[in-house]
Amino acid sequence: MTPAPAARAAAPAVELVEVGKRFGRTEIIRGVNLAVQPGERVAIIGPNGAGKSTLFNLISGRFGVSAGQIRLNGERIDGRKPFEINRRGLARSFQVSNLFTRLSVFENLRCAVLWSMGHRYAFWKFLADLRDVNDRVEELLVMLGLQRRRDVPATNLTYAEQRALEIGITIAGGAGVILLDEPTAGMSRSETGRFVQLIRDVTAGRTLLTVEHDMGVVFGLADRIAVLVYGEIIAFDTPEAVRADPRVQEAYLGAVLAGPAATGD
Amino acid sequence: MPSRQSAAHYHFQPWNVGRWLLWSAFALLMLVAPLLWTSSLAHTMLSQMGIAIIVCLAYNMLLGQGGMLSFGHAVYSGLGSYLAVHTLNAVADGRLWLPVSLVPLVGGLAGLFFAALLGWVTTKKAGTTFAMITLGIGELVWSMSLMIPEFFGGEGGITTNRVVGQPWLGISFGPQIQVYYLIAIYCFVCTAAMYAFTRTPLGRILNAVRDNPERVEFVGYDTQRVRYLAFMISGFFAGIAGGLATLNFEIVTAEVVGAARSGAYLLFVFLGGATFFFGPIIGAVLMVIALVLLSELTKAWLLYLGLVFVFMIMYAPGGIASLIMMNLRVALFGRLRRLVGAYLALAAAALVVLIGAGAMIEMLYHLQLNQALGPRMSFLGAPLDAHDVDSWFGAAFVMVTGLALFELVRRQFKRQWDEVQAEIEVEIKRREAL
Repeated sequence: MTPAPAARAAAPAVELVEVGKRFGRTEIIRGVNLAVQPGERVAIIGPNGAGKSTLFNLISGRFGVSAGQIRLNGERIDGRKPFEINRRGLARSFQVSNLFTRLSVFENLRCAVLWSMGHRYAFWKFLADLRDVNDRVEELLVMLGLQRRRDVPATNLTYAEQRALEIGITIAGGAGVILLDEPTAGMSRSETGRFVQLIRDVTAGRTLLTVEHDMGVVFGLADRIAVLVYGEIIAFDTPEAVRADPRVQEAYLGAVLAGPAATGD
Repeated sequence: MPSRQSAAHYHFQPWNVGRWLLWSAFALLMLVAPLLWTSSLAHTMLSQMGIAIIVCLAYNMLLGQGGMLSFGHAVYSGLGSYLAVHTLNAVADGRLWLPVSLVPLVGGLAGLFFAALLGWVTTKKAGTTFAMITLGIGELVWSMSLMIPEFFGGEGGITTNRVVGQPWLGISFGPQIQVYYLIAIYCFVCTAAMYAFTRTPLGRILNAVRDNPERVEFVGYDTQRVRYLAFMISGFFAGIAGGLATLNFEIVTAEVVGAARSGAYLLFVFLGGATFFFGPIIGAVLMVIALVLLSELTKAWLLYLGLVFVFMIMYAPGGIASLIMMNLRVALFGRLRRLVGAYLALAAAALVVLIGAGAMIEMLYHLQLNQALGPRMSFLGAPLDAHDVDSWFGAAFVMVTGLALFELVRRQFKRQWDEVQAEIEVEIKRREAL
């Protein structure tokens, strides 16, 4: 009776069901429900301390959930380790660049593609012979605009370059679902503009969840916006609808969304 | 675009040619070394160096490449030694047939087996916890050596005779030189294999685990599995070194699994330089020189070693290998000559410090250990009286003067060094812009 095959096909890329997280007695995430459709770009916004990064840590397996379920393409992933979730097609970036500091840009990206291309823990083949991997890394270097920096250790990169590499490592493995935690944090306005375009390019055809503070980025990038306040999602809709939502304005965005005039003073 | 890519590759081309040269030179050196230094002491030392190179490289697979600080790696080389000695004795008794030249492989398999067994627990954790567990397991195995004398041979250890069975092509492994060449072959093959390992997917991910274990988990890898695999491979090579040591010394005592041995691996790998592949080779050579020569020269050799270690950690935490590489870079940019004067001054000042400190250390040891001989002694040809204030005052004066000189020279050197580095940076920028 139930349209089972159709339901399977339409399984959300990421689905959170009544997800909760507490640290000791402090409840950070309270009963979050969220369904992100395949190919959709969703931005999660909210005031500081709302639990945005915690939510990402729960989805990516960095923390375990205290309650509820998380599904990736219909399959439960809560309770799984980060590498297991990554192997199922979810990759994330970090708010503070989280690179392989002493390795070169090239090696950073190579480490990020090895597993997904099936080379796993191999110690019987040489990296230099892995054409597929090396071609993919060259491609990524071009995409990220880091060709000229390929042999520079990650720790010696400029801030913007590190942010680009951070995203590069995230998307390198070809995961279908990408989580970006404040990708443009700390960047200048011109860098941010370039960066949004980069994000758009490298996540084309994939499902994107991003935490972002820059409203310009949010409204330019997202198909839908989820507003997280005190661990609860109070709105999840198109940018226009969220902008117009009185609850959102009241809780968080009023001042920011009042118009360009408000940000001018 | 293709031109840019090939340019990037050419950047490393000289190293590929250089690599062949380097490996050939390494093989050649091991081949001719016993012909250049022909004394039996030299052959003994060369044999020990070959063994030490394998074990130090194996240790550095953990320390330098995987960021795993182990305080108990002698367990794997030591147990390799024990399994090898029992195997060799079984061969001698006719209970087993195995060519003597393959006995080190038994040691390797033993190292692998115990690393698989004990490493399963050890590598569950990283960082400080990992270090603590290795320490615990080291103590555990050490205490076992006292509890199971049948296996470990108790106080006297287990002796063996490497001349077993019929000589093959005249090779009986009786003469030291034959054992040396066996060690040299193992050393070359193991070194090449461990170098090859650094260029494989697992080898690279091991570096990534060292740099940032958390991120590795988010690119699909189980860091625990990576550490475990590397630990086993390292245990295998350490075991081979242990097996070779059995053939070389023909005796295995419990100290081969002891904490002092484990500490020596750590200390000398660090001195040699853990950040470069070849660093542990330098460390291994130094280890044998210190253990064989320095210990003959002075009773206070451990104290000197400790001082050198502290000095290195403070001023050159990358070890000798990084000092070499940093100066090589300066040399490649044609600026090494500017530093030669400063280096000579540094060395002279350090020598003065060493003479002053050495005189005091030797007097102290003389008082403690050679009381029966009276207070008079000779240090570098100079007569000293360990009960005489003048001797102490003189030595202290030399040392303090040396220290002051050293500090002055060091500051001057630092200025010059920073200048040269800044120039090199500018030069690199200039070349990039071309």
